[in-house]
Amino acid sequence: MTTEQIVWSIFFSPLAAFLLICFVLRPAGAHGLAGLATIVGVAGALGASVVTFLNVLAVPGHELPLADYPWLTIGDLRLHLGLAVDSLTSVMLLVVTSVSLLVQVYSLGYMAGDTGYSRYYAYMALFTTSMLGLVLADNLLQLYVFWELVGLCSYLLIGFWFHRPAAAAAAKKAFVVTRFGDLGFLLALLALASVAGTLTINELFTEHKVAALVGASFLGVTALTWVALGLFAGAAGKSAQFPLHVWLPDAMEGPTPVSALIHAATMVAAGVYLVGRMLPLFQHAPAAMAVVASTGAVTALMAATMGLVATDIKRVMAYSTVSQLGYMMLALGLGGYVAAFFHLMNHAFFKALLFLGAGSVSHTTGTFDMRYMGGLRRAMPVTFWTVLLASLSLAGIPPLSGFWSKDEILATALAASPGLFWLAMATVLLTAFYVFRMLLLTFTGEYRGGGAAEAAANGDAAQGADAHGHGGVRLHESPSVMALPLVMLAAPAVLSGLVNLPTIPALDDFLMSRTVRETLEAHHVAFNPLLAAFSTGMALLGIALAWLVYGVKALRADSLGSALGGLPYRMLYHKYGLDFLYEKVLVGSLLYTVVCGLFAALDRYVVDGLVNGAGQLTRGLGRGLRRVETGQVQAYGLAIFLGVVVITAVAIVRG
Amino acid sequence: MTGLPWLSVLVFLPVAGALLLALLPAQRPLLVKQAAAVITLLDLLLAGMLWTAFDASSTAIQFVHQAPWVPPLKITYYLGVDGLSLPLVLLTALLGFLAVLVSWNINHRVKLYFALLLVLQTGVLGVFTALDFVLFFLFWEVELLPMYLLIAIWGSPPPLGRREYSAMKFLIYTILGSAFMLVGLLALYFSTGTFNLVDMARADLRNTAVPATLIFWLIFFAFAVKLPVFPFHTWLPDAHTDAPTAVSVILAGVLLKMGGYGMLRICVSLFPQVAYTWAPTLALLAVVNVLYGALVTLRQGDLKRLIAYSSVSHMGYVLLGIAALGEVGLTGAVLQMVTHGTITGLLFALVGLVYDKTHTRQIPELGGLAHRMPFIATVFMIAGLASLGLPTMSGFASEFLVFVGTFPVFGWYTLLGASGIVLTAGYILWMLERSFFRGPLARFDHVGDATLLERVPLVVLVATIMIVGLWPRAVTDVIRAGLQPILSRLG
Repeated sequence: MTTEQIVWSIFFSPLAAFLLICFVLRPAGAHGLAGLATIVGVAGALGASVVTFLNVLAVPGHELPLADYPWLTIGDLRLHLGLAVDSLTSVMLLVVTSVSLLVQVYSLGYMAGDTGYSRYYAYMALFTTSMLGLVLADNLLQLYVFWELVGLCSYLLIGFWFHRPAAAAAAKKAFVVTRFGDLGFLLALLALASVAGTLTINELFTEHKVAALVGASFLGVTALTWVALGLFAGAAGKSAQFPLHVWLPDAMEGPTPVSALIHAATMVAAGVYLVGRMLPLFQHAPAAMAVVASTGAVTALMAATMGLVATDIKRVMAYSTVSQLGYMMLALGLGGYVAAFFHLMNHAFFKALLFLGAGSVSHTTGTFDMRYMGGLRRAMPVTFWTVLLASLSLAGIPPLSGFWSKDEILATALAASPGLFWLAMATVLLTAFYVFRMLLLTFTGEYRGGGAAEAAANGDAAQGADAHGHGGVRLHESPSVMALPLVMLAAPAVLSGLVNLPTIPALDDFLMSRTVRETLEAHHVAFNPLLAAFSTGMALLGIALAWLVYGVKALRADSLGSALGGLPYRMLYHKYGLDFLYEKVLVGSLLYTVVCGLFAALDRYVVDGLVNGAGQLTRGLGRGLRRVETGQVQAYGLAIFLGVVVITAVAIVRG
Repeated sequence: MTGLPWLSVLVFLPVAGALLLALLPAQRPLLVKQAAAVITLLDLLLAGMLWTAFDASSTAIQFVHQAPWVPPLKITYYLGVDGLSLPLVLLTALLGFLAVLVSWNINHRVKLYFALLLVLQTGVLGVFTALDFVLFFLFWEVELLPMYLLIAIWGSPPPLGRREYSAMKFLIYTILGSAFMLVGLLALYFSTGTFNLVDMARADLRNTAVPATLIFWLIFFAFAVKLPVFPFHTWLPDAHTDAPTAVSVILAGVLLKMGGYGMLRICVSLFPQVAYTWAPTLALLAVVNVLYGALVTLRQGDLKRLIAYSSVSHMGYVLLGIAALGEVGLTGAVLQMVTHGTITGLLFALVGLVYDKTHTRQIPELGGLAHRMPFIATVFMIAGLASLGLPTMSGFASEFLVFVGTFPVFGWYTLLGASGIVLTAGYILWMLERSFFRGPLARFDHVGDATLLERVPLVVLVATIMIVGLWPRAVTDVIRAGLQPILSRLG
């Protein structure tokens, strides 16, 4: 196979699995081969990605020359299909395919016995295809197409157990909220097509395209800034950045492997990927860069605070994901291209592991509510140790992977803006606290009864958030098909930081290839041992605080919650009121009741009312006419007659 | 393709078929249905043959059939297709055939029903192929009577519906529009001395007997009612709600397109300068349609009314693309007509199935249907996603072209129009959630999924939506041929 065919096979391999399940195995029911099909498809993509990575590594400039194919040409508008592979793409391909493969294997155990088994694997194959298509796209329209398709898969998988009203509502919420951002993305595409005349990513970075975009302005702001803000709106929706983050916690209604793959490791990182990919444009729009950086920093801190009080283990992870994506955006906004993608990669591994660990825990306890867990360390040693490693990595304890990339982001922030730096540093403390709170509540102390206890507490026989747990009578480690992916993810969660050590910045050299350097100003910040020590100290402080509250219980969680009249706790518990504001006030009351209600009433009573009024008038008239003759001929005759009169009159007057 | 005047055969085959149906014994309804299916299938095959034989590299009118008709008044019998009309001809033939399949459960006055359906098809095909204004007008009127009767006789009876009211409303609205069109038609005739639309387009219309702007708006009004354009749209939800399923499919699928087609074929082609002058107004009307339609859609609790109002919103994009008066926008507008025809046709077919099986269309009464009718639910979701403009499906291609075409001309209107995609996602997904998701309801325990015959139209339409979505060139190459003469006139 040629280099190009190998690249295309990355995309077509999981697509073949999807089509096979749809048209041969049938998506309804639980065909045993469905899981195998997806696993083989994704494994094929992983193999091809590895080969492609090696090919990219071998090419000077780290960019593969690939052809593109015309798709649609109308007038000046020329759209084509094409793939582009450079160093960033090749890294993303490895991350997506490797995490996807492990998640698909894990799902063999997690989804065993589910009536929608085949459908699940069909969606997963489609998702992997779309995510790879997104990463491989050489132009923004194609990227947008796959952007929407991963959104579709996210919708389908959040609502996978659509019999649960919460899941159906969460799926819709995810789609609609992200669509607000997508509108920005779409408008950015329109502006680019109209001002720059192309949507091909590399062409947009050329000097005269940038000049055209900087030259045009709208409302006193350059077209380039508008484009960057539009793209960032899309990215903020996808990557759950404030104020569009509200869909991600609810997305936890989906099966846990879905959360691991889509809502932690890959799709939610697509926003970061988009901004990073377009950074050569963003860097010419300082205002947009500032928006990206501050949105990232605010999101990082805000999400971490909400993670402090969540009792659902998956929601803790979800807030953590939002927070970590905020870090990546912060880095990008400050020009930290490599730092952002370094963290994206590390985060993909340790966060996927955390989610799969949460799934493993719920698989035996039958609940996701940490208030009904506890003491699982002995029963689930593999889960415990792997989750512990991932947690340490997330908290940023050296020498685990999370430490290295988070430290690069902090160093970038310190060099650029003290304000943003302190927001990021405060987040370090909170991160360590919430992740160890999660660990301690889940794995230490006494077991608090699991799903059965939860059901009893809620006073209903229905199961909690988990649709298929065993109820947790006899605690046990998850089957090896689930435990093995945990172990295999633990390796990169611990070690992936080694690819970009301060002394051997291999990833830095690879990502900042010659071609990238031509368009992107490098922001390389030197390693700062003092800063590293300080951030590690903050993380340790967070862990110590968590230990005091949830380990030795020297401080009572209740008393913390009721501090300052309980106001801070209630504010966090109610997610700063944003869900209420969006769902009840803006959509429910303002949009639905007031605006739509007004328009619907207008339509019914005014627009249609006038018509009916006129109709009644005509009917009265018609009743009179009907005595003379019948039918509609009169209407015509009258119209013709009047028409002729009018025209003749006008013709005579104009003479 | 030489020999027979194929276009005339295409147009008049259905009406000939209607006469044939009249001769069939009334006590054999199945035979009547089969005959109708065969006739419309033949018509579809014929349309497909024309599609393949069409030379997309030529901007000329093709398959012309021309004959003198009323020589003293220079009225001619003149049929022909170009890239503008051919996609709509094929769409009409396709939906005509599928409408017969969708009507398989009709058991009341079967002969008359199918005969009217066939007459209707001749009327619509005639509108899309007539190139003499008088002939165009006659076909425009031919469509009225069968539509009126189909709604009034086979529509939702009281107390569920108001079929006679809705049928009459449809009739009055269209006739009102026709009256204005007729005035415009005569004005044009007195100005140019011809009814030939091709000649009219070449004529100098700067010094007409009546101001060109007035003629433009007189004729535009007739098409605006049909499209429909706010505030002349309220006949549409009523007509849809009370029409039988197949008629809804035809109504949304092709009848509305007569409006958009007329605007392009007559208003824009004949009066490019007027169109230029008034383009901002058209764009404003379009955006009002999109947003007003979407906001009202959000409030609808009846599945059919919901889809009907969403049509108002989506047809706004047709007008928006037209208002841009450029190649990309016009291509988008024509493509949007085709894609909306298939997508909304599919949605109405699905609503019909849901109603047949559950006996309700009220969304609050539905719920959990995906458990009972997974096939219908899946296709409904595909149609809904297509409607909300999900890429890889045809709706995205056409809306994207409309936006790209409009953005450089009317930036703000494009922004407002594009924001409709958020509202569309809202009402489509909320409708799916309430109707198909959540737990199964006991009262639908014995409700079944689509039968094999019922699946045929669904599968055909889904395939069309996907093919056009993945490879829009299949249609846009033809459309381009049809737009060149208009574009050269626009300068």
